[in-house]
Order: sequence, then C-alpha cells, then structure tokens
Amino acid sequence: MKKNYETVFIINPVLSEKQVEDTVKKYTKQVESLKANFICNESLGFKELSYPINNKNSGFYHLFQYESDNIEIIKKFETELKRDRSILRYLTVSLCKDGIEFNARRAKGEFKNKKK
Amino acid sequence: MRSQFNSALQNESIDRSSKKKKFCRFKKSGIKYIDYKDPSFLKQFINDQGKILPRRITGTSLKYQKKVSQAIKRARHLAILPYTTDTQ
Repeated sequence: MKKNYETVFIINPVLSEKQVEDTVKKYTKQVESLKANFICNESLGFKELSYPINNKNSGFYHLFQYESDNIEIIKKFETELKRDRSILRYLTVSLCKDGIEFNARRAKGEFKNKKK
Repeated sequence: MRSQFNSALQNESIDRSSKKKKFCRFKKSGIKYIDYKDPSFLKQFINDQGKILPRRITGTSLKYQKKVSQAIKRARHLAILPYTTDTQ
C-alpha cells in the first residue's frame, strides 16, 4: 500500500542562495532515485528559529511530500540528512488521509491568512 | 426542626444560564487536520511560557487535544515554536 510522507528540513543560513538550491536539488534527485513519487516540493522560506540550533538563529525551511510503498527509503533518506552538516534539523511524518487532503488544499493556497 | 436546618444549609441557587458553555472549536468549525507548520494557529494553545494549555481552559475535545499536543511537539522540534520562553 502506498503511503504519503512529508519531510521538513532546515538548511544552514550561512549558505548562499545558490548553495541552498543545490542542496535542495541534490535531495530531490535522491528521493526520485529511491523510486518515490513527488507530490509537493516547496520552499517555506527563510525563518527565524525559536531557539538556537548549532549557534544559528535562522534557517531555510524546505518541504517535501512524496508517496512510496517502501519504508526503507525513509531510512536511507534520513541517514543522508543526518550526515549532512548543512542540514540543521529534519522531521519526517507519515500523513493520514485528512493530512493529504489538507496539504492538497494548502497547495492551492486556500489557507493563506485564513486561519486565525 | 429538620426543615429549619435544611433551609440554613442550602446554598443560594446560581443562575447558570448566563455562563457561557465551552465548546470544541475543531468540532464546531469542522477542522480535521492540525498543521504543525502554522505557528500563529498553534500559539492559541500555549501559554506565555510555551506550555500546552489544558483542555479545561481551551475547551477542546479529547480527540483533538491529542492532535494539538502532537502538532505542538512537532513544531517545537523544528524550532517553529519554543520549548520554553523566559518570562522575567
């Protein structure tokens, strides 16, 4: 059965914009090479962190959403993220059906400034 | 004799109709999924120190309180919300 997964990771703010793009491209290729279907590949932008991580106070947030029937790919993907020094934090979540629906609606831009 | 005691011990009746009844906002407005990437929404469920507010204050139903706390914990991991804030 295919499951939806969502990964958010924070990229080091010290990197230049091009280097950030390169790291994102690198991981995009990697996930694709692991035979996962991309649903969403979106930058959440440059944000301030609520608390310092590795003495950094800000970072580039990036969101991947993909579909796969093999859990092994997440292990592989996460070890890559763990080894990379330019990644401050990452989080992978499997989405329930409400989450998939929510993300599809979010991608259309329905929730912008709506929730208060 | 007994009725005298009773009348002395009885409390005055409280008018409860004026009190607002708590309700679960997720059930009422039909929100099914709580996004952990949205700090402005999650901030309604934490206090100044960054602690998760109890159900008895927010009125959230148990089903959604679990989801709220899960979302807040995920957001904390990603530094979207603070673990603690100093209030001095």
